[in-house]
Amino acid sequence: MLMPTAILAAIGLISGLGLAIAARVFAVEVDPRQEEINDGLPGANCGACGFAGCADFSAALIEGKVGPADCPVSDQATRQLLGEILGVAVGESARKVALIMCQGGLSVAHKEGRYNGQASCASADLIGGGEKLCSYGCLGLADCQEVCAFGAIEMTEEGIARVIPSRCTACGKCVAACPKHLISLVPTDAEIHVLCNNTDKGAAARKACDVSCLGCKKCEKSFDEDPRIVVHNYLAKVDYRKPPTDQAVVEVCPTGALTVRLFDHQDQEQRPL
Amino acid sequence: MKFKGGIHPDYHKLTADQPTVSMPLLKRYVVPLSQHIGAPGKLIVEKGQEVRRGQALTSPAGFVSVPVHAPTSGKVKKIGEFPHPLGKPQPGIEITADGEDVWCEEIVGHGNWRDLEVARLRDLIRDAGLVGLGGAAFPTHVKLSPPKDKPIDLLILNGAECEPYLTSDHRVMLEHAAGVMEGIGLLMRVLGVEKALVGIETNKADAAKALEAACPDDLDIRVHLVETKYPQGSEKHLIYALTGRRVPAGGLPMDSGVVVQNVGTALSCYEAVHLGRPLTERIVTVTGSAVKDPANVMVRVGTSVAEVIDFCGGLTGSVGKVIFGGPMMGIVQFNLNAPVLKGTSGILCLAESEISQFEGSPCIRCGNCVDACPMFLVPSAMGLLVERNRFADLGGYHIMDCIECGSCAYVCLSRRPLVQFFKRGKLEWREHLKALEGGVS
Repeated sequence: MLMPTAILAAIGLISGLGLAIAARVFAVEVDPRQEEINDGLPGANCGACGFAGCADFSAALIEGKVGPADCPVSDQATRQLLGEILGVAVGESARKVALIMCQGGLSVAHKEGRYNGQASCASADLIGGGEKLCSYGCLGLADCQEVCAFGAIEMTEEGIARVIPSRCTACGKCVAACPKHLISLVPTDAEIHVLCNNTDKGAAARKACDVSCLGCKKCEKSFDEDPRIVVHNYLAKVDYRKPPTDQAVVEVCPTGALTVRLFDHQDQEQRPL
Repeated sequence: MKFKGGIHPDYHKLTADQPTVSMPLLKRYVVPLSQHIGAPGKLIVEKGQEVRRGQALTSPAGFVSVPVHAPTSGKVKKIGEFPHPLGKPQPGIEITADGEDVWCEEIVGHGNWRDLEVARLRDLIRDAGLVGLGGAAFPTHVKLSPPKDKPIDLLILNGAECEPYLTSDHRVMLEHAAGVMEGIGLLMRVLGVEKALVGIETNKADAAKALEAACPDDLDIRVHLVETKYPQGSEKHLIYALTGRRVPAGGLPMDSGVVVQNVGTALSCYEAVHLGRPLTERIVTVTGSAVKDPANVMVRVGTSVAEVIDFCGGLTGSVGKVIFGGPMMGIVQFNLNAPVLKGTSGILCLAESEISQFEGSPCIRCGNCVDACPMFLVPSAMGLLVERNRFADLGGYHIMDCIECGSCAYVCLSRRPLVQFFKRGKLEWREHLKALEGGVS
């Protein structure tokens, strides 16, 4: 009885000593700030920064390869915190949100065929650009929803994607996933948007979809000088560096492609991180 | 010899006994600049210019490129974007016919091909805008210019026509047997080979007989019947069936010393040299239960599908699908204003009741597709990888060896869109390789 106990105790002692020595000899120097930074980062490991995860990003932060603002999903408070830890200045940057530039749902966008295949936008796009007559619009097969790590994209009953602004962190993964290049990151304080991406001439665009931008320039002309919405290639685009503020401008749009979208993030939901 | 895999679909060769009929001259033709694999030609006509039938509208832009020609005499009305069978609009030339239909004065016969230089023959074939007429539309002169380190000892003519419904090659062989045989001789001369084999499926024995009877005495051309089985018309499978040679994975027929050409291409080569006429028309099988009078029609390249269907009595009943080519590998059309191209072998109109709309269900690992795959691939696994966006793993499954024949999807119990998976997968795999190369350099 005594003998085995003593042997086990001895083995334990020797192994413990070995571990203790190994821990000293092979110790890896970790910057004490790394843990602090890790705690401060969103921790979603979404990969939007281009690194393998938040820990990788924080290591790069300490090395000075990237700045606090390079985490696309962090908000201003997080960036300030990271700046304080690292002792670097963080500039003010406007919060952004993803916006799907299409409202061509089932009831308004016309179809030219039936798509019967893999439920993936990228695959459907290869077959003549999808089943809609409009070759620019949302295909509704949820490639963007699939890549969103934050559950911020839902498919509407109309069969197109919609971003839930309160959940969106503007990581930009959906922007890259959309084969139609329909998704843009826009400042949250912008209120007026052109929700169409159709660059066909007016007649063709109208034939394809009831809510398309025709390129009629009514919105552009409604500004006396310095237009905040500019039509190029039969498609109106909002200048997001100085977005229009007067919501009355949407009245001039004959199709409703020019609309008001408010990103009310006062009552922000808890982010599912 | 019989190849492993493949399927036996219903053949529906409705138009096999119908002689080819020509379409009357139309008022309007739209000739797309890109009708072949490779770079589209450079435009050499301008808006408002008078053109004559057979006049070149583009000049080749690079080696893998051929010109397109005016299908009739008339005026260039517009140069711009037009509907294209591949789905997205592409640049084309609209020609308004003047009704005279006169040939371009430069078009003269070049005499007997036996007296012409090989290089000259190759140039004539390129300038006539010849591409493979079986469907893939690969420029013919490129296939006839194998690199020096790949010696060619055999020419194989593809008269298998394994796609259900299509009968255009069948009619070519029956109606133009002598021309096809002369064309084969011409191709043999260009390639410098002594021997040619013609492979025809057993369901077209009459065509084989016609060709045998038309064989000139000075040429060693043998006509063989091969098993009626899809995809017998795939060049790799035809080579195996006729010679027992296997084309190595990732290789081309020339890697096993063979060049394969379609029988229709042989005829067009002969006409391009003997009559000097470029490729401005081809036989198209207009078929399916949704078209009133199925027929084999001689159609000028650039004719809109709607006009061809109207010529065949129009559509009847509820139409489910209109397909360019056969039901296995053809391309579904969105827009009936799309023009017939050089590679359009058929226009298939299926009734609503004949097409099935379905949602693919998960793979049940039954292995049917593995048995059916004539390229010995594992379609089930490749499909799963594409579905899960694991494109980097596709190379290990040799996805680039897939010939997109659709045998796997035909036998799939879960009705998975396998060919669509592989088309997407090939694209993404190429992107992946490009990204890898970029990373190294």
